[in-house]
Amino acid sequence: MNRLSWFNVVSLTLGFAFLYIPMVILIIYSFNESKLVTVWAGFSTKWYGELLQNEAYLNAAWVTLKVAVFSSTIATVLGTMGAYVMVRGGRFFGRTLFSGMIYAPLVMPEVITGLSLLLLFIGIGLDRGVLTIVLAHTTFSMCYVSVVVSSRLVTFDRSLEEAALDLGCSPAEAFRLVTLPIIAPAVISGWLLAFTLSLDDLVIASFTSGPSATTLPIKIFSAVRLGVSPEINALSTLMIAIVTVGVISASLVSKRQAVRQQRETREAERTA
Amino acid sequence: MTSTVFAPWEDAEAKPLIHFQNVTKRFGDFVAIDDLTIDIYEREFYALLGPSGCGKTTLMRMLAGFETPTEGTIHLAGQDIAPVPPNKRAVNMMFQSYALFPHLSVWDNIAFGLKRQNMPKHNITERVEEMLRLTRLEKFARRKPHQISGGQRQRVALARSLAKAPKLLLLDEPLGALDKKLRQETQFELMDIQEKTGTTFVIVTHDQEEAMTVASRVAVMDHGKIIQVATPDRIYETPNSVYVADFIGDVNIIEGTASANGEDQYAVTWSEGQAPLNATSTTTFAEGQKCHLAIRPEKVTINADKPEGVDNLVQGKILDIAYLGNISTYYVELPSGTVIKAQTANTRRIARRSFTWEDTVWLSWTATAGVLLAE
Repeated sequence: MNRLSWFNVVSLTLGFAFLYIPMVILIIYSFNESKLVTVWAGFSTKWYGELLQNEAYLNAAWVTLKVAVFSSTIATVLGTMGAYVMVRGGRFFGRTLFSGMIYAPLVMPEVITGLSLLLLFIGIGLDRGVLTIVLAHTTFSMCYVSVVVSSRLVTFDRSLEEAALDLGCSPAEAFRLVTLPIIAPAVISGWLLAFTLSLDDLVIASFTSGPSATTLPIKIFSAVRLGVSPEINALSTLMIAIVTVGVISASLVSKRQAVRQQRETREAERTA
Repeated sequence: MTSTVFAPWEDAEAKPLIHFQNVTKRFGDFVAIDDLTIDIYEREFYALLGPSGCGKTTLMRMLAGFETPTEGTIHLAGQDIAPVPPNKRAVNMMFQSYALFPHLSVWDNIAFGLKRQNMPKHNITERVEEMLRLTRLEKFARRKPHQISGGQRQRVALARSLAKAPKLLLLDEPLGALDKKLRQETQFELMDIQEKTGTTFVIVTHDQEEAMTVASRVAVMDHGKIIQVATPDRIYETPNSVYVADFIGDVNIIEGTASANGEDQYAVTWSEGQAPLNATSTTTFAEGQKCHLAIRPEKVTINADKPEGVDNLVQGKILDIAYLGNISTYYVELPSGTVIKAQTANTRRIARRSFTWEDTVWLSWTATAGVLLAE
C-alpha cells in the first residue's frame, strides 16, 4: 500500500476540517455547563434534559416528522405515476411540454414556490397548518421523485411488462408484480430524497405554516434570532446523531446485500 | 405401421388454427404489413423468414396482441382476436431478450403465468416440475436468472412460455443470443419439444439455416408481403422468385430470354456467341419473354476435360476458390464476364485437387437442375 505523502495528509486534513469543524464545535458546546454559548464552563448534559422538558421543541419535531412522512409518501406515489406516464405513455399531444413542466419546479426559486402556494391557500380559504405544509412539500418534492424514478424507467426493458401481460397479467397486475419490484430501489431512494428535503425545508414551510403548526427548522431559525441557546445546540446534536445512524445503517444494509448477491453468484458458477 | 406425411396445408378440409385475412398494419406512413393473407395449421412449426424490417416481428406481435391490425382480421381457432387483450389470449410468446423477471427465481418465473389463472397450488407445483424436467433445468430451480448461463436462460424462457400450454407459441428470434454450436443443439431440442407437446409454433428468424432446420413450412417475407410459403425443400428447390432463390442459400442467376423448345422445355438465349441453355419449367413463358435461370452451385459440375452428352456446357477460367473444409466453391469467369459458382464436396485430400487458380475448366448441369423464373 502506498504511504500518504505530506501533501496528501495536509489536503485531507484541510478538507475534512473545513467540512466538520463547525459541527464538532456545535457538538462540544451542546455539552457546555454554561448558559452562555461561547464560554466553556465544564461538561454537563443538562441541556438535553431541559430540551426534553421543552414542549414547543418536541411539538415542532413531531410536526416535522409527520409532515416529512406524509408529504414524501404522497410525493412518491404521484411522482412515480408521473414518471411512468412520461416514459411509457408514448407520444401524445404536448408530451414535451408536460415533461418540461415536471422539471421546472426543480429550478424555481423556493421563495416563489412558497409565495404562490401561500396565495393559493389564502385564495381557496384553507387554514394554514400541518395540511398546508404537507401539500406544499408534496408539490416541490414530487418533481425530485419523478426525476429519480424516470431515470430508472428509461433503462427498464419494456419486454418484461409485455411478458407479464402475455402470461395473463392485467396492466395493473403487471405493474404491481413486475415493474414495481424492479424499480423499487429507485422508488425508495426517491422517497428518501423527498423525506430529507421536507425535513430541512425552511423557506416553503415558513410561507405555508400557521400558528397551529410550526416545523423544527422554523422553530430553530426563530429561536436563533433571539440568540443561540445551548438547548438548540443539544437539539442539533441529536439531529446529527439521527442522520449519522440512518446513513451508516443504510450503507451497511446495501453492503450486506451486495456481499450476499456476490456469494450467490459465485456459488452458482461453482455448481453450474 | 404407415407413417402419414404431416401436411395439413394440402388438405382442403383442414381448418387453419390461425387465419390472416387481408391484414394491413401501418405505422404512420410506413406500411409494416401489406394486405397479407395466410393460414397456419395446428401442430405446425411455421417459420417467418426475412431481412430485418420486413414486418415479421410486427406480424408476430399482432398474434400476441401487442399490435392491432390497421385493416383486416386475424382469426385464432375461428375466433376474431382483434378485441382480445394479450392477457386473455391462449397465445404465449418467447421474447428475443428472454424477458425473464430478474427478481424471481427460475421456479417462480415458470410458475408466474400459472399463478395468474388461479390454478390450485399442487397443480402449479406439478406443472412447473414437469416443465423443469422437459427443459432439463431441475438443478437450477432456485437460482435467479442472473445466476445461470445464456443457454439455461433461453430454456427458462421456453419453459415459462410453454407452462400455460398455449394453443400457439410465438418465438421471436429465440436463438439469436446463443453461439453457433449451442444454437444447433437447441434447434433440435426445440423440434423435440414441439413434437412432444403438440403445440403450434411460429418462429421469427432472419437465419435461413435455422428456419430450414426447424420449420414444417417457411414463409419468406419482404416489405410486409409474403413472397412464398412452402416446405423447406420446396423453398430451396423450387423458389418462386429471384428474391426467394437469392435469400435462401447460394445461387447463380443467369438472365436471358426464353423460347419454347418442346413440352415444358425452354431454350434460354443469354449471351451472344454462346449456345442457348436448356431448362425445363412447368410455368409457361411466352416466346422471347425475359427470364432468369437460377441454379444452385452444388448442382453445377466442374471438370478439367470437356464432358460429353450434357444438357448445358460452358467454358471458363477459375477466378477464385473458397475452401471451406468440407466443400469448395469455385468462382468461374466465363468469356462474357459472367461469374458462375460451382460447388464440390472435398471427398479427396486437397493436394489431389485437379484444378487451381487460372485453370480453364468446363461447367455443366442438367436441364432439370435449374429453375426458370420470370422475376
